[in-house]
Amino acid sequence: MGTKGRCLVSSRKDPDVSKTGQSGFSRRGFMQGIGVGSGALGAGILENEAQAAPPPGGFSGPGGVAITLRINGKPTNLTVEPRVTLVDALRNTLDMTGAKKVCDRATCGACTVIMSGKVVYACSVLAIDAQGKDIQTIEGIGSGNKPHPVSMAFVHHDAQQCGYCTPGFVMAAKGFLDRTPNPTLEQVEKGLGGNLCRCGTYVGIRQAVLEAAKEIKGGKNG
Amino acid sequence: MANYSWPPMEKRRLMGKRLERLDGIAKSTGRAKYASDFNAPGMLFGEFLTCPHAHARVTSIDTSAAEKLNGVTAVRVIAKPGTEIQWAGAEVASVAAISEDVARDAVRLIKVGYEVLPHLVKEDDISKAGTRAKAAGETVTGDLEKAFSEADVTHEGSYGIPVITHCCLEPHGQVVEWKGKEINFRPSTQNVTGVGGDLAKNLQLPATDVHVKMDYIGGGFGSKFAADLWGVESAQLSKASGGKPVKMFLDRRTELTIAGVRPSAFAKVKVSAKKDGTLTGWQSDSWATGGFGGGGSPPLPYVFINIPNQKKNHSAISTNTGGVRAWRAPNHQQATYLTCCALEDLAAKLKMDPVELFAKNADLTARPEVYRNQLKKASELMDWGKKWHQRGDSGAGPVKRGLGLAIATWGGGGHNSQCRAVIHPDGAIDIELCSQDLGTGTRTIITQVAAETLGLPMSAINLKIGDNSLPPSGPSGGSTTVGGVSSSTRKATINALEKLYEAVAASLGAKQDELEAVDGRIQVKGHPDKALTWKAACQKLGVKVISEMGANDQKNPGGLNAQGVGGINMAEVEVDTETGIVKMKKFVAVNDCGLVVNPRLAESQIHGGVIMGICSALTEERILDAATGRVLNADMEFYKLSGVGDIGEIVAHVEVLPEHDKRGIVGLGEPSAIAIPAAIANAVANAIGVRVQRIPLTPDRVLAALEGRNA
Ligand code: FES
Ligand code: FES
Repeated sequence: MGTKGRCLVSSRKDPDVSKTGQSGFSRRGFMQGIGVGSGALGAGILENEAQAAPPPGGFSGPGGVAITLRINGKPTNLTVEPRVTLVDALRNTLDMTGAKKVCDRATCGACTVIMSGKVVYACSVLAIDAQGKDIQTIEGIGSGNKPHPVSMAFVHHDAQQCGYCTPGFVMAAKGFLDRTPNPTLEQVEKGLGGNLCRCGTYVGIRQAVLEAAKEIKGGKNG
Repeated sequence: MANYSWPPMEKRRLMGKRLERLDGIAKSTGRAKYASDFNAPGMLFGEFLTCPHAHARVTSIDTSAAEKLNGVTAVRVIAKPGTEIQWAGAEVASVAAISEDVARDAVRLIKVGYEVLPHLVKEDDISKAGTRAKAAGETVTGDLEKAFSEADVTHEGSYGIPVITHCCLEPHGQVVEWKGKEINFRPSTQNVTGVGGDLAKNLQLPATDVHVKMDYIGGGFGSKFAADLWGVESAQLSKASGGKPVKMFLDRRTELTIAGVRPSAFAKVKVSAKKDGTLTGWQSDSWATGGFGGGGSPPLPYVFINIPNQKKNHSAISTNTGGVRAWRAPNHQQATYLTCCALEDLAAKLKMDPVELFAKNADLTARPEVYRNQLKKASELMDWGKKWHQRGDSGAGPVKRGLGLAIATWGGGGHNSQCRAVIHPDGAIDIELCSQDLGTGTRTIITQVAAETLGLPMSAINLKIGDNSLPPSGPSGGSTTVGGVSSSTRKATINALEKLYEAVAASLGAKQDELEAVDGRIQVKGHPDKALTWKAACQKLGVKVISEMGANDQKNPGGLNAQGVGGINMAEVEVDTETGIVKMKKFVAVNDCGLVVNPRLAESQIHGGVIMGICSALTEERILDAATGRVLNADMEFYKLSGVGDIGEIVAHVEVLPEHDKRGIVGLGEPSAIAIPAAIANAVANAIGVRVQRIPLTPDRVLAALEGRNA
């Protein structure tokens, strides 16, 4: 065993999800119900993490179903197969490519979005289950002219190299700071432990998140 | 001939400054578009069917059901019946369909018959490799027997460093659109200039038919130079689907199985020394695998190349595993690991501080002075003198602290690069070269050099890279980019300036060679009063556009860039002897890197190299199953990278000194990523009093070593 508990449990971002899935449906069971093997989206997802409320009106699919997602405050209509994950829907259907698909199984955080205030891995949420939630993506925080303070702090501290992990980190950091506005370094290290970077930008990331915390507070006070 | 040399250190306005990377905001706001972010109307998705066996012959393949599936536009057989497959994960067939999910459904409908053949996937025990091990032959220098018999102390040890993967977060892949005569190729590549020709060659087309474009790449580390089979298959699938663009990026399992690895290295080493630590003899029997084609031959002994008496044997083992690709400083992590672990063990036997041992033997290296200075600097930054203790002498509690060091060297030098500098009559400037920014800061560096030379702010430069219709620049590998692109940019901008001087000299009442470009003006040298603003000067061009080339010739860099650097790394760790967990406390990296264009970016490179090294030291290892021949941890849960809380304090010391500066620019990507696993392994040995022979230093290995169960 390695030292880093990057097992499924520690990398879970949304410990409360199980409470919302009252139906007894699991993502895997659901997919098997529509004739798709569990291999399709990667086995090994914790049942309670993958629990999903049934789509309105019972079963849908196997073809495309029309759904509405509230993304960055705007209702967005799209048609996806019920097995399509939120990250695929964002990237492939809506051309919102800030969230990246890297591990596709809730380990790396590259696909991080904020869903009704909770930081989640968009590769492990079905798009149809994201209906009725407020989905916030990297495209929705800050603007081209006025980037979000977390994005700016990442620039100031050179907390990115290739940048492929960066949108996920920025979203995770934003969600973390929403919950923990006055973090210590240890809290930052724990709070962002669900994201991985291959280029090795953690030194900058630690500084960036601490700076962003100050920036955001200053902005609110001032 | 124009004088291209760098402006003197004290006169630089932009070069040498800690500027922010230019594409930082695009990246941190999610707006940067990577190859894998490309979307187009009607775009199709490609998927591979891969072989589940490590060694097999294809006996039959039936694609009919896949072809009939709704949404599938093309199915291609790659491994026809009779094909012998040499590793699990090898590509057998490919499919294009309207979505990734449908493409995967189709892949599952393809029926393949295999005759399963015997395989070898593990190389750590060379006695089991049989005929799969190929000896390279013995190399002998001096009289080793005599050296060993006369030595005051000898040490024998076994060491091993495993195969690891690149694990680029953006997987290998591309979008290809093959329409009529034209191919639009959008790969994730370290080689925008060359990758189009590689695709064309594989498709037996002229290179001119392939247009390559790439703005951003999500990691390469040496694994993304070629068009690869996935590039070729995407093109063929596109053609077979009526020319629609086909996006094909490897899924994580396939990425970690076939998209390249760093070779392993194992060795039995014997070293000898005099009482004072002077090294007298080196013997190594080493072996490695880089997959089926072999590969991996660490240069031993590393850095201390002039140990007077040596005997070396190396064997390459062919295994039924995915092939090797260059991995950030090929062969060097392995070589420094095998060498520095043996030297640290020898120092422990001599009861000598390894810093002293390294300094004592600096004359056996190619750059004694550099290393002596770096040992001093690194010791100071680590507070080594105060913190170091004899091996194992680390107090009574269960948590032991230790220090270790290791050494690095690298070549570098600037690759061939051509740059075009275009000055328009309205004053606008294009800087054009077909390079790529891997996240190392290439965009920023080129712009710094161009703006510095032209006496303008960075914002005046319109930089174009990442398109193979631009002047060719080398692939980004081996730390050669910064030297290459900076030098070609310097030359192109100076050549363009000369033309501008020529156009305005008369109106300034001066000769062309009496002019200079400073602070947004063209002026008579030292006379700001006899000047034209940049805009006014350019207006004198009338309708003429200046377009001048500059080239860096790898073999003749003209003092603008150089090669050959050294580095010293020191690690401080804490090891919990009850759990076996190794914790990083502090890491010091001292590197010399010539003229530093941007210290902030240079530090980021070093941080990155160190953190990759921490992953490699503590958690990273590709694990194969001997029975099935498959990779057991081809995912990111069990192929572990370090997280933000795992790295401790990192001190990156970039030596900005006149004596380094005058050498010109030297790349830093590889040298910063070499000595880390070795330094950490040595720190663990120093902490717990015994050597853990193999990395990664997982808790089970640490506990086993503590119990005397070293494998
Ligand atoms: S892609 Fe979703 S966590 Fe890695
Ligand atoms: S910046 Fe490249 S993966 Fe994080």
